[in-house]
Amino acid sequence: MTEFFGIPLPALLGQLLLGLVNGSFYAMLSLGLAVIFGMLNIINFAHGALYMMGAFFAWMGLEYLGLNYWLMLGLAPLAVGLIGIVIERTMLQWLYKLDHLYGLLLTFGITLVVEGVFRSFYGVSGQPYSVPEALTGATNLGFMILPNYRAWVVVASITVCLAVWALIEKTSLGAKLRAGTENPKLVQAFGINVPAMVTLTYAGGVALAAFAGVLAAPILQISSLMGSNLIIVVFAVVVIGGMGSILGSIVTGLGLGLIEGLTKVFYPEASNTVVFVVMAIVLLVRPAGLFGKEK
Amino acid sequence: MKAFRTTLAAAALAACGLAQAQISGDVIKIGIITDMSGLYADIDGQGGVEAVKMAIADLKGMAAGKKVELLFADHQNKADVAASKAREWMDTQGLDLLIGGTNSGANLAMAKIAAEKKRAFISIGAASSRLTNEDCSPYTVHYAYDTVALANGTGNAVVKSGGKNWYFLTADYAFGASLQADTTAVVQKAGGKVVGSVKHPLSASDFSSFLLQAQGSGAQILGLANAGGDTINAIKAANEFGITKTMKLAGLLMFINDIHSLGLQATQGMYLTDGWYWNQSADSRAWSRRFFEKVKRMPSMLQAADYSAVTHYLKAVDATKSDDSDKVVAQMKATKINDFFAKNGEIGPDGRMRYDMYLMQVKSPKESSEPWDYYKVVQTIPAGEAYTKLADSKCSLVKK
Amino acid sequence: MNKKLIGYVALFGAIALLPALGAYPIFVMKVLCYALFACAFNLLIGFTGLLSFGHAAFLGTAAYSAGHAMKVWGLSAPLGLAVGTGAAAVVGLVFGLLAIRRSGIYFSMITLALAQMLYFFFLQAPFTGGEDGLQSVPRAPFLGLDLTSDLTLYYVVLGVFIAAFWLIYRTVHSPFGQVLTSIRENEARATSLGYDTARFKLLAFVLSAALAGLAGATKTLVLGFATLTDAIWTTSGLVILMTLVGGMGTLVGPMVGALVIIALENKIGDLGSLLANLTGIGWFNGLGESVSLVTGLIFIVCVLAFRRGLVGEAMALWEKRRPAR
Repeated sequence: MTEFFGIPLPALLGQLLLGLVNGSFYAMLSLGLAVIFGMLNIINFAHGALYMMGAFFAWMGLEYLGLNYWLMLGLAPLAVGLIGIVIERTMLQWLYKLDHLYGLLLTFGITLVVEGVFRSFYGVSGQPYSVPEALTGATNLGFMILPNYRAWVVVASITVCLAVWALIEKTSLGAKLRAGTENPKLVQAFGINVPAMVTLTYAGGVALAAFAGVLAAPILQISSLMGSNLIIVVFAVVVIGGMGSILGSIVTGLGLGLIEGLTKVFYPEASNTVVFVVMAIVLLVRPAGLFGKEK
Repeated sequence: MKAFRTTLAAAALAACGLAQAQISGDVIKIGIITDMSGLYADIDGQGGVEAVKMAIADLKGMAAGKKVELLFADHQNKADVAASKAREWMDTQGLDLLIGGTNSGANLAMAKIAAEKKRAFISIGAASSRLTNEDCSPYTVHYAYDTVALANGTGNAVVKSGGKNWYFLTADYAFGASLQADTTAVVQKAGGKVVGSVKHPLSASDFSSFLLQAQGSGAQILGLANAGGDTINAIKAANEFGITKTMKLAGLLMFINDIHSLGLQATQGMYLTDGWYWNQSADSRAWSRRFFEKVKRMPSMLQAADYSAVTHYLKAVDATKSDDSDKVVAQMKATKINDFFAKNGEIGPDGRMRYDMYLMQVKSPKESSEPWDYYKVVQTIPAGEAYTKLADSKCSLVKK
Repeated sequence: MNKKLIGYVALFGAIALLPALGAYPIFVMKVLCYALFACAFNLLIGFTGLLSFGHAAFLGTAAYSAGHAMKVWGLSAPLGLAVGTGAAAVVGLVFGLLAIRRSGIYFSMITLALAQMLYFFFLQAPFTGGEDGLQSVPRAPFLGLDLTSDLTLYYVVLGVFIAAFWLIYRTVHSPFGQVLTSIRENEARATSLGYDTARFKLLAFVLSAALAGLAGATKTLVLGFATLTDAIWTTSGLVILMTLVGGMGTLVGPMVGALVIIALENKIGDLGSLLANLTGIGWFNGLGESVSLVTGLIFIVCVLAFRRGLVGEAMALWEKRRPAR
């Protein structure tokens, strides 16, 4: 059996695959953030809290309405998207002309409020949620046993990521969106309702976060604190990828998953910190991130 | 212009200081500082405050002829806030008893202040055994549990039932390390072996990678030296990856709230050490139903301990007819504790409350007859075996 | 000039009198330490226009170094404070050299990344005591003054604060301060006028770090311990909030902001009970568990309605009324 730095090859491959699974999750989660920053110039700190809401809605759908996982996969993002519309219309729209800082601070405030409300109703220990019937069990890949649900997470994440990327980069709707953020007055003169587009973009971005939340519900603890554990890592992913670059956050998410996976094998205590080391290095070498354009 | 700004600032600063109460002489003031909004909010938190309120109400709100008052505060897992609040209550409110809830760091800071100001301090919820060893004081009483008792309970029992090879999944935090160290010592003494361990950062969401490493070690037992959300995520992932088919999980620090959030399907068969279970006896059940009506959750060991400790304190106040901390703590150490929470409970000269602990096993979904009916008591671990023996204590107050 | 001086003398005089008025000295000292932290942070954001997401790194570095110096090396209080401030300045220099190369959000993210790495170091290093914290730091004497009395310590801390505040005031009103303001307003133009903006920014960064360090070291002296909370990213967020609530770019603003936020953290339970008693609504009693929720609401309200902060808005109101006089 070949060994790399003392780790047998099958074990290493297993860790890399797990890293890829986590990476696709990161990519999925940072996608919404990148879309919102790229299109709206808002640093949406509330992304973590809305991801948590998605997971909670999945649980609530099952608990109170008897709606199963598959239904909630569609309904939870819709519900959170609606909430996103409310947030954008009532609070965010006043901040577009101001410095990034204010959007960040406002959404940070929203995070605290949302987490506080969920905590006061449901506590912090979390809610039970099991893997849906169709995806239980695991497949033996030879070098490791991969649970079917994790394979589904990879497939779902990558599909959604590519779909969103295609939507924004390749369709006319996406072109209008991109034009609308570069020069809103001109685009509005063409008769396109720019404010509505902006609102829908925000709603779409947070819906993506909620989708990630539903994906996470069966495998992670559904508690009011689940978003805050992930949010600064997701931020770092978006920054490394290049703020506003969708391809950047997808590639970085996957790459970070792999790097974290390797760190977990060789220096596990640092696995939460390695993303920041990467971020510092990338920002010093390429100022606008890997795929970003300096504005 | 500046004058306006100045008056604004000065007025604001002055306002903060003016709402100070008088120093009390004729009231017994009890203060509880715990985590009410963070990671440990469920196992103690507001429920703990309710438990203390019940204890005071059950004694008719009086002790030694004086009225008993309760103060409480959320330390938000910041030792800063805990220490400042404790100090403030002792300096300006005439606090007689300070109860420290969860979070070892906050408890260590509060213990120092209580020792400095010579007030009674009961720590309920801190895991660190330093409170009754290196950092002991004549005013500190450590109630409920510590890492030594957990290690002795689960470690011994699991090895004796056949789990000889261990692998640890440890939180990269001082308490995780001490839990692992204490359990390793116990396992080795009982004839077992530790084949490996991995440290994970606190609040790591995904445990799949660490679990794969654990599985690769070939050990029979996976010792979870972590708590709260980390334990829950680790157990969820262990089930998902089928680790539970080849290894048995031993939760070194678990509360009934964790089992409640995971469900019995995921946790059945797990061993854990607990000081108390709501369904373990008739009087426990009676008290727990009263608690459930107020809090809508079954009480954890810590919340029951809150009730028991405050009752014990107030009875000591009654007996000595004084609120002088030296006398009351001496009285608390001189009387045994025998209530629904503890059998044969005794507070030693090091401040450690020693009482019988229990090895529990989580029921399977079929065995459970109602919500929260999660444990069966497998074995009683006598007080003398569970806790650090006085002869081994590092506390300077223990005469050897 | 005279009016300003009288104003500041009145302000600090009032603070000096607080213990006599019944205020609890430890609480006010804590507010002063965080006020200094916020003033130091404001030097960077309010006057130079650089938003640091990792300022807690300096608070933590100084807290641990000063604590270690006073507890393990047995140094006296002034030396302990000096060690803390010096350590924070060194860390500030290192962070600054790396971060200054970038601007805007990228500058902020580098400061965050570096602060996270330092936090990891503190978590692993044995001398910090991990999450148990560096406990039992003695109150070493300050130039012969015995600090075990809370009142003596209070005046020493107030003295340290006034000295640091004076330094910030002089910096802001000096030619150096003018250049910083010009960098905030339009860096390109400042460069075209011949100023080496990178050097000025670095100097401001190190100064801000050193003063934040002084705040951390003083806090360790007052409370007697240093914990991981001093270096964690949410504390960096806290100082941003304090400055925002108080008023960025004003000198007194951060002090007011610190007061509001620290009072919130420590007193919200009392406030809740007070409101419950006044209004008879029992729900207020539960306010004590909701620090983060109330903090969040304050963030939202401040960003939407009080962007200039309490002091900033007050000043704007005052300016509006002036012509009528």
